[in-house]
Amino acid sequence: MPGARVSARGWGWRHAGRDDWAVRDLDLAIEPGERVLLLGASGVGKSTVIHGLAGVLGGDEEGESAGELTLDGDHPASRRGRAGLVLQDPDSQVILARVGDDVAFGCENLGVPREETWRRVREALAIVGLDLPLEHSTEALSGGQKQRLALAGVLAMRPGLLLLDEPTANLDPEGVREVVEATRRVLDETGATLVVVEHRVEVWRELVDRVIVLGADGGVLADGVPARVLTDEGEALAASGVWVPSHPPRMPVRRDHGSGESLVSAEQLSVARGRRVVQEGVDLTVGAGQAIALTGANGAGKSTLVLTLAGLLAPAAGRVLAHPVLADGAGDAPLRWRSRELLTRIGTVFQDPEHQLLTGRVREELAIGLRALRVSRAEQEARIDELLQRLRLTHLADANPFTLSGGEKRRLSVATMLATRPPVLMLDEPTFGQDSRTWEELVAMLTSLLDDGNAIVMATHDERLVDALATSTLRLQPRAEVLA
Amino acid sequence: MTAVAVRPDRAVATINPVAKLATALLVAGVLVLTIDWVSATVALVLEFALFAFAGVSARTFWLRTLPIWIMAPLAGVTIALYGEASGDTYFEWLFVHVTEGSVTLAIATVLRVLAIGLPAVVLFITIDPTDLADGLAQVAKLPSRFVLGALAGLRLVGLLISDWRSLELGRRARGVSDHGRVRRLPGQAFALLVIAIRRGSKLATAMEARGFGGTTRRSWARASHFGRSEVLLLIIGAAIAATAVAVSVATGHWNFIWARA
Repeated sequence: MPGARVSARGWGWRHAGRDDWAVRDLDLAIEPGERVLLLGASGVGKSTVIHGLAGVLGGDEEGESAGELTLDGDHPASRRGRAGLVLQDPDSQVILARVGDDVAFGCENLGVPREETWRRVREALAIVGLDLPLEHSTEALSGGQKQRLALAGVLAMRPGLLLLDEPTANLDPEGVREVVEATRRVLDETGATLVVVEHRVEVWRELVDRVIVLGADGGVLADGVPARVLTDEGEALAASGVWVPSHPPRMPVRRDHGSGESLVSAEQLSVARGRRVVQEGVDLTVGAGQAIALTGANGAGKSTLVLTLAGLLAPAAGRVLAHPVLADGAGDAPLRWRSRELLTRIGTVFQDPEHQLLTGRVREELAIGLRALRVSRAEQEARIDELLQRLRLTHLADANPFTLSGGEKRRLSVATMLATRPPVLMLDEPTFGQDSRTWEELVAMLTSLLDDGNAIVMATHDERLVDALATSTLRLQPRAEVLA
Repeated sequence: MTAVAVRPDRAVATINPVAKLATALLVAGVLVLTIDWVSATVALVLEFALFAFAGVSARTFWLRTLPIWIMAPLAGVTIALYGEASGDTYFEWLFVHVTEGSVTLAIATVLRVLAIGLPAVVLFITIDPTDLADGLAQVAKLPSRFVLGALAGLRLVGLLISDWRSLELGRRARGVSDHGRVRRLPGQAFALLVIAIRRGSKLATAMEARGFGGTTRRSWARASHFGRSEVLLLIIGAAIAATAVAVSVATGHWNFIWARA
């Protein structure tokens, strides 16, 4: 099963209903067995290229194409199974309920005979290192395991081209390592060609032998061996948001804050999702100017702890205590506060911004909290304009929040919380999947909040973020029952 | 999706889900034709004899069928109080007429709900959704695109439930959840719809990328058999239905539901 050959000649794609081309004038040739990292700023159409090669862009009703894109000389859609695609979101690509069935799904669609299918399933699971019974539930897998499962499902189809679209963006460091290692084994075993899209260069740096940078005006900006491209284009790439190891984002300078006044404490706190206790016996206190980082593997209850401290989930045992300076007459248990009282006390930024967006316009989104507090119209306008400017959202003031890019949505969700100026911010994976530019802005903004005497509690896998902001770190271990 | 609660050593667990579905429909289909207490009682007695062989533990049985045990008497009480009056009147108050006729009807209703509901639950808790999809596509020959699409979509339900909870917490964090819960509902439902469509289209892309919906004739990694035990289950179902009808007709209790005034 040799690797596939990829060729693009003046290729372009415009999604139906859009004025601009997602990709334009693309010329490139990828030889069988090459391992390519595809880079470029947000919005240059990296995903579109990958989807095009996978043959899943759809027909004329989905959009318009120009030029030619081929896989082994044919249109990709006519070579189903020749290219295998793994996407970013682990949850959205699990297809069936049992591990074995999920891996077999692609083989079935290609009409592979039964015995051959199961032989391939076992082999694929072994290569990606998923040592699980075929009947194992796919629901019970971690993010890294789910991505390896998707990889196995693709591998079982015996593809000549492996297409990865930010497969590690949503994973913890352990999951990232698992997926990269599994990919390496797959390529070594099969000799397949690889095209991977990723913001974080260092993740794939060692695995790829070629880097292609797509330009903002269409076409290829740079193409060559990783070392040369990253040296020549490193600065430009970093400026456009790509994580280049030699050009890391600026780290903030924190004014040193000793022990500020205590704002929120957890006392022997146990937290639960539904009835399932995920973490227990937590003691912590966060004070003005301090940032506590909650780290630990998936399933350790980081997000649940954040949401419980934020007064959104009820503690399973123990208590969350708001100190008088924060409570300001609203009682010492945040869970008992009214929704409106939270606004000026504790702000929460969810992992998925879409879970906390409420309106059809960016400006409206920022006004909601202020209106709930009955802030005067003039004051509202002033605060909103200032926030829009600070977070580079002014040009999007009238856009629909759901249509923003990932980075823009993240900045907006932070802005909605800052509008009502709560002294405590609870952040759940604030930097997940963010490009280096958004990361830098976000960190700079959080730093200035801390310097102004605000407090932050953040659940995160991002070691760089912890280095930049945390005044202390609480490492959570998953409870034994959770692993079962 | 519900966990499958069966003892695999018992025969029922391994029977093709299509046969279970057909059997449950067969029994229900016959029992809704009449509304007398004899046919329902006969069916219920025969069914109970068979539950012993179903491989469902007593605890699981009572737990899963609990809603039916609650629903049946409630339906009965309602009919006893407000059902069509005939014969002696036992009790009367405003619209309430408890009569000989309404009580008989109530008893028949309770038995009927149990006779239709209990076997349906017992057969269905031993059904795995994947096996059902295999059966529907391979045995019942329903279009595989439709069946597998629905099966994969079913997986999203769990994700959407947790999305809904997050949306609720999100609204509390945004300071808008103190009043107007009902007024907020359409907005929240719309947000869920947007998220659902996005998840759904990602899933569809993932499935398409694995060759789903192509022109190639699909193979099946799991064989869905329809053999002797499946036929046997159908025969048992038919026998229960037939016995119930026969005894009811013989004792003169049978009455077609549409024959009632």
